[in-house]
Amino acid sequence: MIEIKDLHKSYTMGSNVLHVLKGINFKAEDGELVAIMGSSGSGKSTLLNILGMLDEADSGEYTLDGVPIRDLTETKAAKYRNKFLGFVFQSFNLINYKNALENVALPLYYQRMPRKERHDKAMKYLEQVGLKEWAHHLPSELSGGQKQRVAIARAMAAEPKLLLADEPTGALDSTTSYEVMDLIQKINDAGNTILVVTHEEDIAHMCKRIIHLRDGVIVKDEKVEQVRASAYV
Amino acid sequence: MFNRDRWKEILEVLSSNWFRTLLTAFGVFWGILILIILLAAGKGLENGIKSDFGDIATNTMFMWSRNTTKAYKGLPNNRSYSFKLEDVTAIKDHVPHLRFISPRNQLGGFRGANNVVRGIKTGAFNVYGDYPEIINQDPMTITSGRFINHSDIADKRKVAIIGEGVRTSLYDVGEDVMGSYIKIQGVNFMVVGTYKKKANDGDGEEGQNQIFIPFTTFSQAFNRGNDVGWMAITAMDGHSISDLKERIIAIVKENRKIHPDDTRAVGYFDLYEQYNRVESLFAAMKLIAYFVGILVLLSGIIGVSNIMLIVVKERTKEIGIRRALGEDPWSIRKQILMESIFLTLFSGMAGIVFGALFIYGVNTLLELNGPVDMFINPSVSLGVVTGAMVILIVSGLLAGFIPAQSAIRVRPIEALRND
Repeated sequence: MIEIKDLHKSYTMGSNVLHVLKGINFKAEDGELVAIMGSSGSGKSTLLNILGMLDEADSGEYTLDGVPIRDLTETKAAKYRNKFLGFVFQSFNLINYKNALENVALPLYYQRMPRKERHDKAMKYLEQVGLKEWAHHLPSELSGGQKQRVAIARAMAAEPKLLLADEPTGALDSTTSYEVMDLIQKINDAGNTILVVTHEEDIAHMCKRIIHLRDGVIVKDEKVEQVRASAYV
Repeated sequence: MFNRDRWKEILEVLSSNWFRTLLTAFGVFWGILILIILLAAGKGLENGIKSDFGDIATNTMFMWSRNTTKAYKGLPNNRSYSFKLEDVTAIKDHVPHLRFISPRNQLGGFRGANNVVRGIKTGAFNVYGDYPEIINQDPMTITSGRFINHSDIADKRKVAIIGEGVRTSLYDVGEDVMGSYIKIQGVNFMVVGTYKKKANDGDGEEGQNQIFIPFTTFSQAFNRGNDVGWMAITAMDGHSISDLKERIIAIVKENRKIHPDDTRAVGYFDLYEQYNRVESLFAAMKLIAYFVGILVLLSGIIGVSNIMLIVVKERTKEIGIRRALGEDPWSIRKQILMESIFLTLFSGMAGIVFGALFIYGVNTLLELNGPVDMFINPSVSLGVVTGAMVILIVSGLLAGFIPAQSAIRVRPIEALRND
C-alpha cells in the first residue's frame, strides 16, 4: 500500500537548516493499522504531511497504491488527496458554518457527486459513527468526541485508500479517546489501512504496529499485540 | 456557475457579517449611483441644448452675399453683388451628395416696417420667397391648407402660407383664413395654408411670424429678377456639408467673378459645424461623467477587494481544510471571485435601480414645474445600463482577483497548524 524509500526533508529557518527527516524507509501493507510514535520534534508530523501530500520531500521515493507520488502540482495533489486519502486532525477541523452532514459530504462535493447521492452517502457514514440524529447540528453544538467522529465520517466518506490520523485523540479526555480509537479499530477491522500519529503509549498499543521515530530516523519498528479499545469503553 | 451549493455558500459567507457586507456594498452602490446621475444630468443638458436647434436639418449651411474685399478681373474692391439662379444650377450640377439647395429671397426682417396689410389691420412680418423643399430644411407643421408646391413655382401663383402668429395679428378669432387675401407691399396674395413651428426658446415667437410665398412669384412681384438673396443647402446623410462647403463657395466665387482668395465676399453659416461643436462638447461631458463616476466606483471596488482579502484571511483555516479534503485550487479561486462579483453586481444593481428612481423623480419634478431652460428629460439609455453592468462584472472580477490569488497561496499545511 505505502512504500517509502530514503525520504529526506529539511527546513530552512533563517540561516539555520533544520534536517527533519534523515532517510526514512518503510512499507505498510493493505489493512494495517500503524502507529507512528515519537516525541515532539522527532519528525512525525512532517512525515505525515508528506504522506498526506500536504508537503513534499526533498528526496526519496513515495509510492501509494502503486502510484508514484512526485512532481505534484497543486491541482494534481488536490485530486490525489481527494481520491486516496482521508484526514483526521487533532483539532477536528470541521467547517463551523456547515452542519455535520454537510461537513461529511464535502469531499464528495469535490468529487462532483450529485447532491442527492452525496447526502445519502454522507448520512450512511454519519450513521456508522452513530451520529445520525446529529446530522443537522453545527459543529459548535457537538462535543469533542462527537466532532472527532464527524471528522472520521468525513475522512471515510470518500472511501480513501489510506486514512491518516494526526493525534486524533490529542484534544480528548481518555474515555472519549478510547471511543474514538474503538471506532478507528472497527474501521481497520473492515479492511482499511490506517496510519495514526500519536505520542501516547496506550493509544499506540491499540494499533497493530508501532514505528518509533527519533530525530528524523526510525529507531524501532515493532509488531504489537493489539489492545482492543472496546475493553475500556 | 448555477450550482446550488456554491450559491448557498456565497450567501452564507456574505451574510455572516451583515453590517460589514452592507458597508462594503454601499461603496459600489454609491459609485454606480453617481455615475448614473452624472450621465443622466449630462443627457438632460444635451437634450436641452439640442432642442434649441429645433427641427432644422443640422447638416445644412446658409450662404449669403456680402461686398467683395478684393479687386478681381477689372472689377473694383467693395463691390456689392447678388447670387443668381444660375449659381444654384451650377452648384446642383457640380457638387454631388447635396440633398436640397433652396434659394431664398426675403422681405422685412428684424425691426422691419409694417409691410403686410389686411383690411384695417397691419403688421411687420418676414416674407420669404421659397421653393417647396425648404419645408425639409426648416421644418414646420402645416396646421391647415397646404405648403408651396411646384405648380405654384411654375405658374408664379400669388399664394401665401402664413404663420400662426400672423394669423392672430391679422385675423379675428375664429375667422376663416383659407382663401382670404393679404396685401404684401401692395401686392395681393391668397392665403392657402397656415403653419406652426416648434417653439423652444426666444426665437419661437419670431418663427410664427413668417409668410412663405413661391420663389418665382416673389422674384416677379418684388422685382428681384434672377437674384437670390441667400441659400440654404443641405447635404445627403452620410456626407458632411462642412466638407462640401469649400467647393460650393468656389463655384459661386467663380460665377460671380470674385477673387478666389477673397474670404469675406461670401458669408455663410455652417450649422453642421456648430452642431458638431456642441456634439463634441457633450462627448467631452460624457467622458468626464464616466471618468468621475468610474473613479468613485473604483474606491468602492477597492473596498470590496479589501473586504475580500479580510474574508480570505479569516477563512485561511477553512481553505486549508478544504484543500486537505481535495478541493481543486481553481474551485477555491472561483468561489472567491464569485463572491466578489456577486457582491459588486448586487450592490451595483441596487445603485442602478436607485439612480433610475432618482431620475424618475427629477423628471416628475420637471414636469410639475414646467420646462427649465436648457434642461430636458435627463435619462440614461439601456446601453449605458448594460455598459454599467459590464463595468460591474469586470470590476468584481478585478476586486476578487488579488484575494483569490492569496486564497490559493494558502498552503494547507500552514492553515492546519495547531495553534
